[in-house]
Amino acid sequence: MASTDLDRPAAGVTWRQRLSKWDVKASPYLYIAPFFVVFTIFGLFPIVYTAVISLMDWDTIRNSGEFIGLANFDFVLNDRKFWVSLRNTFSIFLLSSIPQLIIATFIAAMLDHHLKARTFWRMSVLVPYVVMPVAVALIFSQLFADEYGLINHWLGLVGIDAIPWHKEVIPSHIAIASMVNFRWIGYNALILLAAMQAIPRELYEAAAIDGAGKARRFFSVTLPQIRPTAIFVIITSTIGGLQIFDEPRMFDSAGNGGADQQWLTITMYMYNTGWGELNFGRASAIAWLLFLIIVVFGLINFWLTRRLISSEKSGS
Amino acid sequence: MAFKRTSMTDISRPTWFTYLALVVVLVASLFPFYWSFLIGSGDSTTIRDPNMSWFPGGNFLENAATVIQNPAVNFWKALGNSIIVSTTVAVSTVVLSTLAGFAFAKLRFKGSGGLFVAVIATMAVPVQLGIVPLYILMAQFGWTGSLGAVILPALVTAFGVFWMTQYLQQSLPTELIEAARVDGCNMIRTFWNVGVPAARPAMAMLFLFTFVTAWNNFLWPLIVLDQSNPTLPVALSMLQANYFVDYSLVLAGVLLATVPLLIMFIFTGRQLVSGIMAGAVKG
Repeated sequence: MASTDLDRPAAGVTWRQRLSKWDVKASPYLYIAPFFVVFTIFGLFPIVYTAVISLMDWDTIRNSGEFIGLANFDFVLNDRKFWVSLRNTFSIFLLSSIPQLIIATFIAAMLDHHLKARTFWRMSVLVPYVVMPVAVALIFSQLFADEYGLINHWLGLVGIDAIPWHKEVIPSHIAIASMVNFRWIGYNALILLAAMQAIPRELYEAAAIDGAGKARRFFSVTLPQIRPTAIFVIITSTIGGLQIFDEPRMFDSAGNGGADQQWLTITMYMYNTGWGELNFGRASAIAWLLFLIIVVFGLINFWLTRRLISSEKSGS
Repeated sequence: MAFKRTSMTDISRPTWFTYLALVVVLVASLFPFYWSFLIGSGDSTTIRDPNMSWFPGGNFLENAATVIQNPAVNFWKALGNSIIVSTTVAVSTVVLSTLAGFAFAKLRFKGSGGLFVAVIATMAVPVQLGIVPLYILMAQFGWTGSLGAVILPALVTAFGVFWMTQYLQQSLPTELIEAARVDGCNMIRTFWNVGVPAARPAMAMLFLFTFVTAWNNFLWPLIVLDQSNPTLPVALSMLQANYFVDYSLVLAGVLLATVPLLIMFIFTGRQLVSGIMAGAVKG
């Protein structure tokens, strides 16, 4: 094509050149446009408009709202369910993130060897990740059934009384956290494994020459070296963890978080307010409060990470 | 990414304990599914039987057929819908993210730095929280109940754009683009002839992660779809309401819905593993 252009008269060349110049200038914007269009319509606009609806008494039949100021926030902040769901969300988050990180680190350390059938072992830890959380929740809610569940049966074999997983607060949180852990431990183990493999082997050899045993090498070489990755794993789990919905929703057949809201989470509370009670104004107020909580968490994370990084720099 | 191991000392040689621990992990990650199979292949009393057999019973196919034939569960429709939604979302995310990633990584244009920062910033925004207006929007357009309402908001993600930009920055030499331009390729041909081949491994990984995420997605489909036109997670959530006295049927249904992704995992698990290890990805 280019060679035939050269044979053409001058006017044709400038037309081609103009087109090509336009192509160079406009193409990048065309290529990135789909993302910004989709994000603006389905991401940014809804989030901003949530704030508007949260100030309204929304009529779902006429699809319009009446401005009522902060009444929705007033109601939500004085609703026992909000504070209970906040407590439950944090409790489930803590019960899942901390054991998850410890077990994932251990599994990563096991995978960080010259294993036979390396890919097989790495794939095996990832199986739970591809299974729907809804499916995992249906299975686990039966394993943790109060009367005839397998977990309680096993506890009985070692002489422990049956635990009321679906009646008491902390047991229900432990059961739900175990579903989250089941799904994410292998995934996080692989991230930590990648960090472990990036550790220069000389460090281990030097430690070994100094007489450090296997356990000692793990605690004084491996752990400090993977710390930034571990922090990253925790930070990325907060945004999703605070929005937990699938597992607690499927923990019993009613989906209301228990008779006394033992395992009601914030997103469940928002869902039930919006699509159970059809109160879109209050649901929006809950969404915005959760949004603010996540932003505050994000800022704390950011601040902590920066402090940790700077202390690491000054320490070494 | 491969990392050089400087020497082969005994430091990373596995012991019997290493394999024992890994076998325990393997058993723990498969056990819940095996137990479901035990229950799902028994009858309605199996789950209450403290002395149940550790070998499967003979009713699995029968139970599965009961679930599939129940009109309230809508199994085939749900399976078809999940395949349509996940495939469309994954293909679209890969194509649009690769295009945007190509532009951000390799093309020079005014404002590119600021716009890329905007992409990164949006990754931290929990867009899931905009579901009330999103629902009102879909209702206004008359799209509630249709698959488009699930597909459209997921057509492209900030994560996808970020991931492809990072990858192309490292793996696509700028000289290749210049060479293609000198050869007379216009922008889109350059993208197709030079960008896409370089991006292929990252595109495959992005496809898999997006597919799994879309397949497992529950909250938004639960809100915007109805029982007559569900995806698999929505249909599964109906199972418990329909059969909550007979868990051999519930768990047979759970396994049926789980099998398609497990089959996919057998063939693509290797790429998923290297995707997670290559960039710290969180779906």
